[in-house]
Amino acid sequence: MKELKQKLSKAFGKKNVSESLNELTLTINSEDVIEVCQKLKDEFQFEILMDLCGIDYLTYGESDWNGNASSSGFGRARQAQKSTSQKDQRFGVVYHILSVSNNQRLRVKALLSSENLMIQSVTKIWNCADWFEREAFDLFGILFENHNDLRRILTDYGFVGHPLRKDFPMIGEVEMRYDEELGRVVYEPVSIEPNVNVPRVIRK
Amino acid sequence: MSEMKNYTLNFGPQHPAAHGVLRLILELDGEVVERADPHIGLLHRGTEKLAESKPYNQSIGYMDRLDYVSMMCNEHAYVMGIEKMLGIKVPERAEYIRVMFDEITRIMNHLMWVGTHGLDVGAMSVFLYAFRERESLIDCYEAVSGSRMHATYYRPGGVYRDLPDKMPQYLESKLRSKEKLEEINENRQGSLLDFIDDFAKNFPKSIQQYSDLLTDNRIWKQRLVNIAIVSPERAMQLGFTGAMLRGSGIEWDIRKNEPYSVYDKLDFEIPVGVTGDCYDRYLVRMEEMRQSTHIINQCVAWLKENPGPVMSDDHKVTPPDREDMKGDMESLIHHFKLFTEGYCLPEGESYTAVEAPKGEFGVYLVSDGANKPYRVKIRAPGFAHLAAMDEMAKGHMLSDVVTIIGSQDIVFGEVDR
Repeated sequence: MKELKQKLSKAFGKKNVSESLNELTLTINSEDVIEVCQKLKDEFQFEILMDLCGIDYLTYGESDWNGNASSSGFGRARQAQKSTSQKDQRFGVVYHILSVSNNQRLRVKALLSSENLMIQSVTKIWNCADWFEREAFDLFGILFENHNDLRRILTDYGFVGHPLRKDFPMIGEVEMRYDEELGRVVYEPVSIEPNVNVPRVIRK
Repeated sequence: MSEMKNYTLNFGPQHPAAHGVLRLILELDGEVVERADPHIGLLHRGTEKLAESKPYNQSIGYMDRLDYVSMMCNEHAYVMGIEKMLGIKVPERAEYIRVMFDEITRIMNHLMWVGTHGLDVGAMSVFLYAFRERESLIDCYEAVSGSRMHATYYRPGGVYRDLPDKMPQYLESKLRSKEKLEEINENRQGSLLDFIDDFAKNFPKSIQQYSDLLTDNRIWKQRLVNIAIVSPERAMQLGFTGAMLRGSGIEWDIRKNEPYSVYDKLDFEIPVGVTGDCYDRYLVRMEEMRQSTHIINQCVAWLKENPGPVMSDDHKVTPPDREDMKGDMESLIHHFKLFTEGYCLPEGESYTAVEAPKGEFGVYLVSDGANKPYRVKIRAPGFAHLAAMDEMAKGHMLSDVVTIIGSQDIVFGEVDR
C-alpha cells in the first residue's frame, strides 16, 4: 500500500494521491482519463474495473435545518430547498479498480463541471465499463465520448430526466396509469406529496 | 427466392428461464445467436436514491431486497462500510455469527442456483431436493431474525440479537401424524447451534446426492461442457468476480485475498476451474458449498465455546438495553437520539466489498457528515456478468442462452437495484 502510494505520487503528482480509511484515491483531470487509466492498467496492473459510478455534488454539506426556518415546526424540514450554492465542478465520475496480481485497490476520481458534462469513455481499456457508463449516463446525464452504445439502461423506455441528480425529486415527476377510455397507458404529473420523516442533519 | 434474413426474438421478460424480469433481444441466424442485447431495469426500484433520503440504519432492509437470494451477505457489505467509516469495533462473537450466516447464505444461494439451473437445463428432480435443504436454512434465518427472507439481522456494531437457545419446532397439526411430527422435530430439540451443527453434518451427503444426479449425467454434460468458454484475460476484462472469475481459472476470493471479519482465522479452500465453461462454473459452485459447510462447522464449534456480547456498547450507534432505559437518563437520551435522528458518519468516502455468493458485492459510501448517506453506490456482481451476455452467447444455440443465464446466476434484484 505504501509502496503503491509512493509510485502513484511519482507518476501522477503527490497532491493528487490521498489516503483515508486504508483506501487510496487518485484525483485526476477529466481530460487525462484515457492516458491515466491506460497507464494504471499497463504499468500498475490494475486489470479489473470493479465499479464506475457518477456522483452529483450539488447539495454536498447542506442540511435541512439550515434553510429558512419557519414557525410551523417540523413542517419546515419538509420544504424542498433550492440549492444556493453554485458548484463549478458539480459532477464526478468515480472508478474503482482492482489489481488481481498485486492485490491492490485504487479509487480514481475525475470531477466535471455541469457546463461540459463530457468525459472520455474507458470501454477500450476495460470492456466492462460499457454498462457502467450507460448507467452513469442514465442516472446522471454524464456523456461518455467514444462510447459505442450510450443508451439508457435502468430507467423506462422514453424516460425524461436523470433520477440520481440531487435536483431530481425523490417522488419522481410523472406517474403512470392505464386509461380505460384511451385504451393505453398514460403519463401524468405525480399526485403524491414529498415527505421527509427524518430531517437531514450534520453534526460535527 | 427471397433472401433469408436474421430473425429477432424477444426472450422474456416473463420467460421462466429468464430468472426474473430479463428482456433479451436475440438476433438469430437460424438457431445460432448472432447478438444478444439484454434490456434490464424492469425491477429498478431506485434503491440508491431511496437510501440517500433515509438515516443509515433504515436502509439495511433495502440491502436484503437487492440480491434476494443472498440477503445477509448484502447486509454485511453495507454494515461493514458504515462500521469502517465510524471506526467502531464489532465484538468477536458477532463476527463469527456473521461469518456463519454468510456461509449459510452462500449455501442457500447455491442451492437455489443448482435447483433452477437444473430446471432450466432439464433436470427436474435436483430442484426438489435442493429446496428441501434450503428450507432448513430458511428456518435458521427465521429462528434468528423472525423473518424467513429479509432478515435485517446485521446492524452497525454487531448483530441484532444473540442466537436463540431453542430452535422453534413444528406444531401438532391435522395434516401430520404424531410419529411424523416427532420425526421432523427430532433435530430441533436443542438450540439453533445444535440444529445448524446437525445440518452441517448431513449436508455433505446431500451435496453428494446432487453431484450423483448431475456431475456425470450425460445430458447435463452435453448441455454444459464447452458452453460459453471465457478465458482468464477476458474474464478480467469483463469485470467478472466470484465463481465466474474462479471458473475461468483465476484464484481470487476476497475472503482469502482481503480477509474481512474473521475469515483469516478460518480454514477453507478456494476451488478454481480450468477451461472456464459452464461446467467448470458448476463444479466450482458445488465445491464452494462443501467449503462453506466446513466453515460453518468451525464457526459452530467456536460459538459453542465462546459466549459474549454480540453488539458493540457504543450507544451512539447501537440501541441501549431496554432495562437500562428505565432508570438511566443517558440511555434514554441515546435511545431517543438514535431512533429519531440516527447517527452521523464523519465526512469521507469508502468502498467496502464482500465475497457474496455471486461475486464481489461492493458498497461505495460517500458521507458529507450527515445522518443520511450522501451517495450510496451498490456494485452488484450480476450487473457485470449480465453485461457479458452478448459475448458469452455469441455463436451458441438458442437453447444455450438458457444455460448461460443459469450459469451466470443472475438475480434481478441486484442487477436493476
